[in-house]
Amino acid sequence: MDLPTLTEVRLPASRADLALSATVVPLGGGTWLYSEPQDHLTGLVDLTALGWTPWERREDGGLSVAATCTIADLTRIPPTAGWRALPLFRQSAESLLQSFKIWSSATVGGNIATALAAGALIGLGGALDAELVVWTVDGGERRQRVADAVLAQRTTTLVPGEVIRSIEFAPGPLAARTAFRRIALSPLGRAGTVLTARRDEDGAFVLCVTGGTTRPEVVRFPDLPAADELAAAIGVIPTWFTDAHGAADWREAVSRLLGEEIRQELA
Amino acid sequence: MRFEVDGEPVEADPFPGQCLRTLLRATGRTAVKKGCDAGDCGACGVLLDGEPVHSCVVPAHRAAGRAVTTAAGLGSPEHLAPVQQRFVDAAGFQCGFCTAGMVVTASTEEVRHADEADLPRLFKGNLCRCTGYRSIRDALAGRGTTEERGAAGGVGRAVRAPAAERIVTGREPYTLDLATTGLAHLAVLKSPHPSARIRRIDTAAALAMDGVLAILTHEDAPAVLFSTGRHQNRLEDPDDTLVLDPVIRFAGQRVAAVVAETVGIAEAACRAIAIDYELLPAVFDPEEARSPGAPLVHGDKDALASRISEPQRNVVAQKHGETGDVEAALEAADVVVSGTWRTARVAHAALETHATRGWLDADGRLVLRTSTQVPYLVQAEVCRLFGLEPDRVRVVAARVGGGFGGKQELLTEDLVTLAVLRTGRPVQYEFTREDEFTIAPLRHPKRVAVTLGATVDGVLTAMDVDVLADTGSYGNHGPGVLFHGSHESIAVYRAPNRRVHAESVYTNNPPSGAFRGYGLGQVMFGLESAMDELARRLGISPFELRRRNAIAPGDPIVVTDPDEETDLQYGGYGLPEALELTEAALAEPGEPEPDGPDWRLGSGMALGMIATMPPRGHFSEVRLALEPDGGLALDVGTAEFGNGTTTVHAQIVAELLAVAPERVRIRQSDTDGARYDTGAFGSAGTVVAGKAVHLAALALRDRVLAAAGPGAELGPDGVRTAAGLRPLGDFAPLGTTGTADGTPRGLAFNVHGFRVAVHTGTGEVRILKSVQGVDAGTVLNPEQLRGQVEGGTAQAIGSALHEEVVVVDGHVLTRTLRNYHIPQMADVPDTEVRFASTYDDLGPFGAKSMSEAPYNPVAPALANAIRDAIGVRPHELPMTRDRVWRLLHG
Repeated sequence: MDLPTLTEVRLPASRADLALSATVVPLGGGTWLYSEPQDHLTGLVDLTALGWTPWERREDGGLSVAATCTIADLTRIPPTAGWRALPLFRQSAESLLQSFKIWSSATVGGNIATALAAGALIGLGGALDAELVVWTVDGGERRQRVADAVLAQRTTTLVPGEVIRSIEFAPGPLAARTAFRRIALSPLGRAGTVLTARRDEDGAFVLCVTGGTTRPEVVRFPDLPAADELAAAIGVIPTWFTDAHGAADWREAVSRLLGEEIRQELA
Repeated sequence: MRFEVDGEPVEADPFPGQCLRTLLRATGRTAVKKGCDAGDCGACGVLLDGEPVHSCVVPAHRAAGRAVTTAAGLGSPEHLAPVQQRFVDAAGFQCGFCTAGMVVTASTEEVRHADEADLPRLFKGNLCRCTGYRSIRDALAGRGTTEERGAAGGVGRAVRAPAAERIVTGREPYTLDLATTGLAHLAVLKSPHPSARIRRIDTAAALAMDGVLAILTHEDAPAVLFSTGRHQNRLEDPDDTLVLDPVIRFAGQRVAAVVAETVGIAEAACRAIAIDYELLPAVFDPEEARSPGAPLVHGDKDALASRISEPQRNVVAQKHGETGDVEAALEAADVVVSGTWRTARVAHAALETHATRGWLDADGRLVLRTSTQVPYLVQAEVCRLFGLEPDRVRVVAARVGGGFGGKQELLTEDLVTLAVLRTGRPVQYEFTREDEFTIAPLRHPKRVAVTLGATVDGVLTAMDVDVLADTGSYGNHGPGVLFHGSHESIAVYRAPNRRVHAESVYTNNPPSGAFRGYGLGQVMFGLESAMDELARRLGISPFELRRRNAIAPGDPIVVTDPDEETDLQYGGYGLPEALELTEAALAEPGEPEPDGPDWRLGSGMALGMIATMPPRGHFSEVRLALEPDGGLALDVGTAEFGNGTTTVHAQIVAELLAVAPERVRIRQSDTDGARYDTGAFGSAGTVVAGKAVHLAALALRDRVLAAAGPGAELGPDGVRTAAGLRPLGDFAPLGTTGTADGTPRGLAFNVHGFRVAVHTGTGEVRILKSVQGVDAGTVLNPEQLRGQVEGGTAQAIGSALHEEVVVVDGHVLTRTLRNYHIPQMADVPDTEVRFASTYDDLGPFGAKSMSEAPYNPVAPALANAIRDAIGVRPHELPMTRDRVWRLLHG
């Protein structure tokens, strides 16, 4: 929709041009910003004008994904030796409420920064312990795990003026086996709960719950947990919530069910 | 910036924050629709350098230097793209408002090379509220279901909609799809409080803003009470509403309206208006609302003058009656079942939002082009409100992008009138999608308590029904929905002892209004669930229980008053056949049963009876003219909003004049056109307007034959006369009229059956088989009628399994389509539609109406199937997965 309170949409040439504030904010794909009234905003700075390379293989074998990498580009990363976790990228993209028509616009950084409970790429980053590289207001950089950067619905640790530059995937988690489960109140509806998980080569088991919790919840075990151990870990998650996409008690119950499916799959 | 649209270069200067959708429409590319304006529905879909996007969430500046393709660029009505031709062939649309976007998605490589099983995923971003998607899937798969154009006659054939080629190419103009010079825009300041009095409004800062043309408050509006709900007889709805009222009764109610050069300025000016509210107590629960001491929502009204049943008890309408002795009969019954059922607030979610564009024509006459089902009723009430003569107001509806009862209301036309009269400028007021959830009326939520008594042989001896409806803050359609809702739903059974208590109650919730089925579905959810329980307790089949107790010719058609005067007749009686068709189809295999120990299987059914026309008169007067080229010009007042009546009207004329339906040129829903039509509601388009068309066409045929002399006959090649073959056009000009008054009325029956699998761990309900037996009388257009049944079923599956407008303390929480789930392609199974072979004595060519009826029995049939599967009976809609799971684990 139109955002008539804006007085500027800027196309920056470099980091020096960003000049962000509480009311002048970064624009990624725009698929969320343009989907709701933003009457509190006066300007957007279009990060896609910076021309960041969508994704790069790092020297250490990891993967660096630019914040402006589109979902479409993310799903087109070709199968690569050592990146066994890639199917989870596609599964997470399919978890977006919106169809493939949004993929060529929506960005990875935008999805994370928007911090919706059902943010599909928050679950991806959470399960793979991905780190955000954040450009700070003072011109420096900071790093933070995706799961730690998202605090609650629509709330992150990002302060006005900060910009997500990239999402960094380390080689270890990228080499892990992964599993994915999702359920909604309808076959392809907005997520009720999403479980993303990995099993490292050393046996470690990491599971991230999103969608049903107000923030990404990560549970870790040094090796495959027993069924009751995993259920107990899911059971102590404190942030289940109720909205039009599911009641908190149902979200918790089906998360246990799907968690057990994942546990068996990654055994 | 420069870019290209459909191969043409475009120079444009988007404002900061503009999205591509509005930029395209501003350059005249009206194939691009606004459905949600939020990236959810797909009606604005275009290709951007070949990639499909939702243009409403694409920043306009990003189109610079790029190529945009809309549905209009894929093909033209004369030269359809293959994908467009397939939508025409399969009748893959009803109102057509989503279709241009559907076609764009369908044109992509991803879809063209997709397996059919993958279509639900690819189309999860394209919502259709009308069809139920089967016809769209047929279109995508290239399965044609309609006949080629050009053959003479039409009744009984799968004739294509006259607008088909225009719809699939984005050429069909809807309400706002026209250019208007100097157009101003109206935005409304809405109350954040559900109950308040406006002490003071300070508009000075807003008025001083550049581009603001006028600010309208309650001091500017007529002090004439009316109702937004429109009926033939305006006395059916209470006069409880003002165009602008200093008393606020729901959160979202109009406080002031700003007219400005742009929507953005009007909205900014709304934010600059300072309001001093005195907050008042509010009531949100309908039971509390009718209890002593509750705040009075319309306590200031005079009961008689406003036609409110008991304003001092918040009761807008009530009906109480008993025949026989229900208490004694329940005492004596072999089996008694009872329960209380609840239905949710549901939004119509028509893809085209409410909107009006108004202006003064060259003669200074007010013209309102509006998305309405009832143009003549809008004209009458606007004249009454503003003291205008009917010849000074023209109301016209273009093709309407979906209605479902939601446009049997006067919601935008009054403010536009006020604004045009004040400013002299053309003014537009367009609802946002959020407005559709927060200020447009919603389906009445009802609490329905039912107690049934029966003999051990399954003969009903007593029915006790208690209905409490929440009409919200205004009583539009409150009485009608209450009375109609507890009529055919109860009258369908033959118990000698019957009691009904029904009340519709004001609260400070958003207003309720007319919705497909007009109250019947809510009561049927309770009653048909109770009937199912009774069958279970008696150990007889639910089909058999209906056979033993449903009324049949000879039985009176009454609720509780045996002496009730009624114009209802049996006409063609199709219930036994509809029961038989559904029972037989339900026994046949459906989708395979899912594997695994957690799935439970069940089946269920329910029936619905409905009068074929609205009560107390529904009028239509049409004009038909034979023109020298052999074409037939038909002026008909009813509106087309996907109901397909335009097609049927062309078929009726074509049949009687022995021409191809394409020779019939229809002008509709324009108060300057036909003489009159009450409007497109109560499923009246075929049986009332169609009846008038039928009579006009019969008269015209008689005139032609009389002029042609003894022994003349009409044929596809012309008129065979004693002097040889003469072209039909030779007999022009000839004109006739036809009228229908909507009485007497017949009855139609629908029986729905489901087989389901329910997952005990997640509460998922999977529909393995869906079938509806339909007593529609003569089927005038089998493909269209099948589409109406499928679409009604899909909408009902939405209300049964998914949809609820969540309101907490008067505030709507579900304000977007992403938070209010209407059925996607993935949600809707195929429904097998089986027609009974009845002939109605009243309708044209023996047809009955069939637009609302298919919706009604679906929710209870599904609830009964779920009960059969899991052993616990649902009592509340929607039966979402979390609720079904809780039935199992709670």
